[in-house]
Amino acid sequence: MTMAIAISFDVDTIRADFPILASSVHGKPLVYLDNAATTQKPRAVLDALTEYYTSSNANVHRGVHYLSGKATDQYEQARASIARFLGAAEPREIVFTRNATESINLVAQTWGRANIKAGDEILVSAIEHHSNIVPWYMLAAEKGAALRVIPMFDSGELDLEAFARLLTSRTKLVAISALSNALGTVTPVAEIIRQAHAAGAVVVVDGAQAAYHMPIDVRALDCDFFAVTGHKLYGPTGIGVLYGKAALLEAMPPWMGGGDMIASVTFEHCTWNVIPNKFEAGTPDIAGAIGLGVAVEYVSRIGMDRIQAYEQELLAYGTDALRQVEGLRIVGTAPRKASILSFVMDNIHPHDLGTIVDREGVAIRTGQHCAQPVMDRLGIPATARASLAMYNTRQEIDALVAALHKARKVFG
Amino acid sequence: MSELTDLYQEVILDHNRRPHNFRVIDPATAKQEGYNPLCGDRLTLYLTVEDGVIKDVAFQGSGCAISKASASLMTDAVKGKTVAEARSLFDRFHQMITSPPGSALPELGKLSVLAGVRDFPTRVKCAGLAWHTLKAAVSEQAAGPVTTE
Repeated sequence: MTMAIAISFDVDTIRADFPILASSVHGKPLVYLDNAATTQKPRAVLDALTEYYTSSNANVHRGVHYLSGKATDQYEQARASIARFLGAAEPREIVFTRNATESINLVAQTWGRANIKAGDEILVSAIEHHSNIVPWYMLAAEKGAALRVIPMFDSGELDLEAFARLLTSRTKLVAISALSNALGTVTPVAEIIRQAHAAGAVVVVDGAQAAYHMPIDVRALDCDFFAVTGHKLYGPTGIGVLYGKAALLEAMPPWMGGGDMIASVTFEHCTWNVIPNKFEAGTPDIAGAIGLGVAVEYVSRIGMDRIQAYEQELLAYGTDALRQVEGLRIVGTAPRKASILSFVMDNIHPHDLGTIVDREGVAIRTGQHCAQPVMDRLGIPATARASLAMYNTRQEIDALVAALHKARKVFG
Repeated sequence: MSELTDLYQEVILDHNRRPHNFRVIDPATAKQEGYNPLCGDRLTLYLTVEDGVIKDVAFQGSGCAISKASASLMTDAVKGKTVAEARSLFDRFHQMITSPPGSALPELGKLSVLAGVRDFPTRVKCAGLAWHTLKAAVSEQAAGPVTTE
């Protein structure tokens, strides 16, 4: 079945849905390999944004008039689509935020401030993005709690034996990425959640990268919270979601105060709205939410399992192709990886590589990828990173390799 | 391709491969860290300043070809200059790498090989890192590490 799925994957049809992929950069066809930073948007999402502002624009949850009802319906339908996409039990477990960073900060500022005490321990891992380190660092500093780090091997694989040793009765929360943005490591998140729960800890999963590379089922994972950003999931910027188990969300205090998050307000006493509204103060990014709803419907029609299978083929092809480039070393060689290829080249700094391949139309990311501890751990200042999405092709990997050869030539 | 060869001139690639004054000065009268968090470029600048004159200057660190070559060229350019002259050179260098493409360039001698940077706005910080670090090193106030962010 998997074979048939992979063979039937029609990348040309998918590419045709993304207007920007037909554009040129410095006179060369765009080869967009910076998907871990943000993905491009299909026409269906762009059309949904225009359609919303053209024929539905009104504030949500407020008016009795026709347009307000229409905007509210579309906004709530988007929430339902995203709940289905993530496998949530019900739409009210989906809170709209600005991005995964805000989703994680929401948990830190509400669940965290209410539950973390002096002497408690928060576990993060060595592969985390800054957005899944700094909110916990701030919370630990405020509460006198300790931040502990699950170490990784040189390959980028997490050390699960060390994790088991770090997990104690003091561990109140484990914050773990399902997929490393800098190295491509797919973490054994289900196993981590199982062990963390056995120790009585709550688990926050940073799903910013995982959500567009693999099928997600938050109920099967049994995670307590799952953070997603829309713009990496083929949706607009400025919109993300926090999945949280309903019982946890209900017990948490609100974060930002304002309109829509309250049940009643007097100067003496305020009471809070039900979830998810309790966490959505102020007018949300309505168009963004609708756009993200369309984006998850779009990828669901293609099928996340098929996308994953296709991207795994690309990863294998890309890994082989890059290994044949003289002086190139792939950084991040865990056995389970998604289609993210970080690398360094002898005598050419990643930043110079980035500039040279850009002139060939090839967009890659260079630097620390908001994961300074990963770079420090590996003893390298930075990497170049090609991150592949469902619309990338083998020809584009060939274009990257040709551009890298050009860089070798420039640097003699 | 021409802009690319303007950026990566042979002189710059030479300074990258064999940077000048790439060493530690110990003791130094001033030591300053510089850091570009975006790309991870990091350098430490060492100075020996006597009677307002930069008697010796050297650097250590890791970075891209542009930041390393710029640091190397800068140490050559400011050695023997007064602090006031070095500050003035900073201003003209900064003007050169941030001026609009096609506009007249200040006369900067050997430093002119870095003029191509102005066609690559994302690389201006690379070329400027050593100079911002120098400016902080010779400022009267004690400062923490300089970052280009």
